[in-house]
Amino acid sequence: MTWDLTDAKPPRITDTTLRDGSHAHRHRFTEEEVRRVVRALDRAGVPVIEVSHGDGLAGASLQYGFSAVDEMRLIEAAREEAVNARIAALMLPGIGTRRELEEAARRGLQVLRIATQCTEADISEQHFGMAKELGLETVGFLMMSHMRPPEVLVEQAALMESYGADCVYVVDSAGAMLPHDAHVRVRALKENLSCQVGFHAHNNLGLGVANTLAALEAGADQIDGSIRGYGAGAGNAATELLVAVLDRAGLNPGIDVFEILEAAEKVVAPIMAFQPIPDRDSALIGYAGVYSTFLLHAKRIGAELGVDPGEILVELGRRQAVAGQEDWILRVAVELAEARRGRPAESAA
Amino acid sequence: MAQAQERVKVAIVGSGNIGTDLMYKLLARPGHMELVWMAGIDPASEGLARARALGLRTTAEGIGPVLEDPEVVLVFDATSAAAHRRHASRARRAGKICIDLTPAALGPAVVPPVNLGAHLDADEVNLVTCGGQATIPMVHAVARVTPVLYAEMVSTVASRSAGPGTRRNIDEFTFATARGLESIGGAERGKAIIVLNPAEPPIVMTNTVRCVPGNEEFSREDIVASVRRMEAEVQSYVPGYRLKADPVFEKLPTPWGERWVATMLLEVEGAGDFLPTYAGNLDIMTAAARRVADLFAEALLAGRRRLPEPARTAEEVAE
Repeated sequence: MTWDLTDAKPPRITDTTLRDGSHAHRHRFTEEEVRRVVRALDRAGVPVIEVSHGDGLAGASLQYGFSAVDEMRLIEAAREEAVNARIAALMLPGIGTRRELEEAARRGLQVLRIATQCTEADISEQHFGMAKELGLETVGFLMMSHMRPPEVLVEQAALMESYGADCVYVVDSAGAMLPHDAHVRVRALKENLSCQVGFHAHNNLGLGVANTLAALEAGADQIDGSIRGYGAGAGNAATELLVAVLDRAGLNPGIDVFEILEAAEKVVAPIMAFQPIPDRDSALIGYAGVYSTFLLHAKRIGAELGVDPGEILVELGRRQAVAGQEDWILRVAVELAEARRGRPAESAA
Repeated sequence: MAQAQERVKVAIVGSGNIGTDLMYKLLARPGHMELVWMAGIDPASEGLARARALGLRTTAEGIGPVLEDPEVVLVFDATSAAAHRRHASRARRAGKICIDLTPAALGPAVVPPVNLGAHLDADEVNLVTCGGQATIPMVHAVARVTPVLYAEMVSTVASRSAGPGTRRNIDEFTFATARGLESIGGAERGKAIIVLNPAEPPIVMTNTVRCVPGNEEFSREDIVASVRRMEAEVQSYVPGYRLKADPVFEKLPTPWGERWVATMLLEVEGAGDFLPTYAGNLDIMTAAARRVADLFAEALLAGRRRLPEPARTAEEVAE
């Protein structure tokens, strides 16, 4: 890796403010907010806009947080506003099912991104099949990719390709990768697959943009960003920064730098609940390699039970918790609280 | 005639994780049953090899040979929802009672501590899902002391304990479990989530059950007592079933406003009959199936029920 982008090509950018940002927004996006953000992104030239509950279709739950507005209405509104941009949604098999997938397609969904833990690609076969039958573009999302070496990811990505994925992403859900980690994983997929390859960053160690550039150097065809990095944990690589950086590198895929900076400043910043940054707990998420989405749940439960959220997050990393296991936060917090009261934690094993 | 025998002859169809685990349970604790067949579709399957080594009759040609055996009266279907939809009518026409361990949910559902003796007159009963067997008793435990507006379960199982059938049909798990939380658990609305965790060493099956009581005036003490009583009932046939702690009560935002939520944190350690003890999901499913089937066998032996009326001709059976 030499940070040399001369052989890289302008990537396709998917903006996930209205999906990954849904975590930071505690799943409270209103229809009007979605319409305004989609209009601004579309005007700036962002080609793909992802809209859904942060944990994907049917994520609305006690486990992940209920949505203020039904995501199907948000998808429909986004599609109505978008002139050129394609509308995408995430789905995690085990949470979302073919029912929500069909419903989203009826509401105008164009791109389905199907996410599994990076070792469990074979639970996505029926959903890729159905998405293809419905005429959707499909993207595979290998979550928590930092937990496995490139050869395992290649095997799993090949499964998704065989099910019909048009692109497979290396997803750094924990924001735990260093640039080299992103580079070798993307390169391995590029060398072994014939479909496109993408990269999704989290900024927990402050490396969101850097890791994305490393992925581009390794040949990534698609990348993700969110405006102001509005996403889980310390957020994602900021879309507007990626655009400015790509423009300087001569790799701008056709997004207006000034329009996107303006959208960040005038449209998204005013509605954000907070600006995600790599503060102590977010940095610990990257450091311990746990799912970025755990952040706000760990803060709430930690405060309720009088346990340090950082301690909860590090313990979850030790237990190899994976994407979607928010219920383990309470489990661990209860054990830590009991241990504090002097009772032995039942499950140290 | 089965009625004249001390034990009824039974068969397992599906030689994957669930079928193999069930085989060991039936051999160790046969009750009123005698396991004679193990059927699969993959001649190289480990489950079939183990069954052969244990002296069972085996076939890699699926359910057909089992249905043609007139001595078999009860068939466990441990295949997949899609396969079971093809098997169900064939089993009935062959005059067999079917205990369905797939999430197909064609027959009435049985969860032992809730409705064990129900549906003994049915030709087929369904065991919902492993997650359903683990969590529906808890929802029922809450619902029997206060109405439950909404119940949600999250099952986390070790990747190694989820076989190809489960993986290819993961939506069926979600649908069948959510329905079971409602129809048997007693929740007005149910939601199910499943997560596969690939950690090494493998994790023990964990289940989280969250209930939103319909009435904010519920008694915490009643819920705690009922849930602890239920824990003991399940432990009577799944010894590794346990609550990590007393239910946790939190006020959380819901579609029905800020509501109290009771959360039960469960762990299910398996008996280790086939896969190691982390695979509590297999244990709770197969232990329930064995328990339910044994009641059917006992009822048959006592003449309290008959077998389904078989089809008249061999062609009908074979079709």
